[in-house]
Amino acid sequence: MQLSRSARIALRVAAGAGFAVIYVPLLLVVVNSLNPDRSASWPPPGLTLHWWSVAWHNSGAREALWTSVRTGLGATAIALVLGTLIAFAVARHRFFGRDTISFVVVLPIALPGIVTGIALNSAFSTVLEPLGVGLGLFTVIVGHATFCIVVVFNNVVARLRRTSGSYEEAAMDLGADTFRAFVDVTFPLVRSALLAGGLLAFALSFDEIVVTTFTAGPGIETLPIWIFNNMTRPQQAPVVNVVAAVLVLLSVVPIYVAQRLSADTATGSRV
Amino acid sequence: MALLTRTAGALHRRPRLRLTLLLTAPLLWLAVLYLGSLTVLFVSAFWTTNSFTSEVVRVWSTDNFHELFTTPVYRQVIVRSVGVAASVTVLCALIAFPVAFYTARVARPRWRPLLVVAILTPLWASYLVKVYAWRLILSEGGLADWMLRPFGLSGPGFGLPAAVLTLTYLWLPYMILPIHTALEQLPANLLDASADLGARAWRTFRSVVLPMVLPSVAAGSIFTFSLSLGDYITVQIVGGKTQLIGNLVYSNIELNLPMAAALGTVPVAVIVLYLLAMRRTGALSSL
Repeated sequence: MQLSRSARIALRVAAGAGFAVIYVPLLLVVVNSLNPDRSASWPPPGLTLHWWSVAWHNSGAREALWTSVRTGLGATAIALVLGTLIAFAVARHRFFGRDTISFVVVLPIALPGIVTGIALNSAFSTVLEPLGVGLGLFTVIVGHATFCIVVVFNNVVARLRRTSGSYEEAAMDLGADTFRAFVDVTFPLVRSALLAGGLLAFALSFDEIVVTTFTAGPGIETLPIWIFNNMTRPQQAPVVNVVAAVLVLLSVVPIYVAQRLSADTATGSRV
Repeated sequence: MALLTRTAGALHRRPRLRLTLLLTAPLLWLAVLYLGSLTVLFVSAFWTTNSFTSEVVRVWSTDNFHELFTTPVYRQVIVRSVGVAASVTVLCALIAFPVAFYTARVARPRWRPLLVVAILTPLWASYLVKVYAWRLILSEGGLADWMLRPFGLSGPGFGLPAAVLTLTYLWLPYMILPIHTALEQLPANLLDASADLGARAWRTFRSVVLPMVLPSVAAGSIFTFSLSLGDYITVQIVGGKTQLIGNLVYSNIELNLPMAAALGTVPVAVIVLYLLAMRRTGALSSL
């Protein structure tokens, strides 16, 4: 399509404005963490690193970070196992209900988090609590794993569809048994998809707040919950600013790793 | 070792057994734990609570749904929530189109992958941090006020417009990406053919580009729409006194779980209807 000069300029300006809209809020969070003042008024009266050292020593934020990491690792581990199992079943077998399974996998992420949250919450409190298992870190991990399965599944199934089963058959023709073929042929083929899926799952779990709210027991505070609880407390504002800035800066890491891992990495955190 | 070899042989000979082993654990998890919980939740929408003790009374009734459709407040909130989801979707599409058009067709090809990464990066930034950013922008004396002051105006503050704005910001990448992909895959010779037939840029856009990109807009809209419809955290943080359906569900959970469940079926039903409508545009296959 031949665009006129003015149309090109207009598009360039619109795109520039669009990118500004995307990045200005994130930059603002970073700049605001250097704001010596407790209020968020703009422009800041000066710049200081003081709150960064205060935040570094804040035990609440640290503990929440640690809880988030443990939750993310637990949920990712479960999601990796279950997501890979379903991916192999769906990609390598034909059976009744195959399409339904692909649908059910997506459901936990397609439905509003609050619906998933209260469903799990009421199930946990009616089934687990009589058994003596209260809400705690364990139930958070179970909740997160449920919606993390889909990203592992998506990545692995995409990879399996691109690599036909003939490699494994060839390995078996050459004398490898099922396990040997998996270890030497299949696993290396899906390894980077597993890494990408695991990374996405971890990021998804790390960011989740709604399902966490409903599955966490008393005293379990992940980083998003900590931020949410402290966001409106003026006393905590500087520390929240720093934690928020750290999260903005850290968000560059997964995208960089995902880009390096593979070309067919499923994009987006929820897709 | 012999045992391992024998197991491998057995697995190889019996694909059914292999499939069963693959599916048992995930199906127990998803079908029993997740679908089971959901079913119980939706069944409980037909239960009631004792108004004195807040104990759930497991007697089948449609009272909750009756209340849902006859109480004006509930109806208002439902209409408002759908309105917010629709406005967010329209705003996202309007902002996303020029950005995607630029990244897919106007920018130098060498720059395009980089621009896609630039769109993707904020997708990884924490949801809560992005909402927090808008809380900073919209707070009194914040960036919005500062920018509008020269014009004698002030920012919108916290309220419904702030919620719509923030939600638009949150889900924007979900709209840009599919449109970018569709525009990138648009065959150049179609555009040339249109020009050869005498169409000017605007006509080509309307008759060739738009019809081919619309399914992707629909695909993006599934995310923007359903994510906005279920949200309650953003509304709590920047929405002032605004109530959306998610907030109603949230506030009913402690005191009246059956009512919360009934309220929760509303966004689910709306999203399912929306998905069915979007399926006709072919959006689901381009997800």
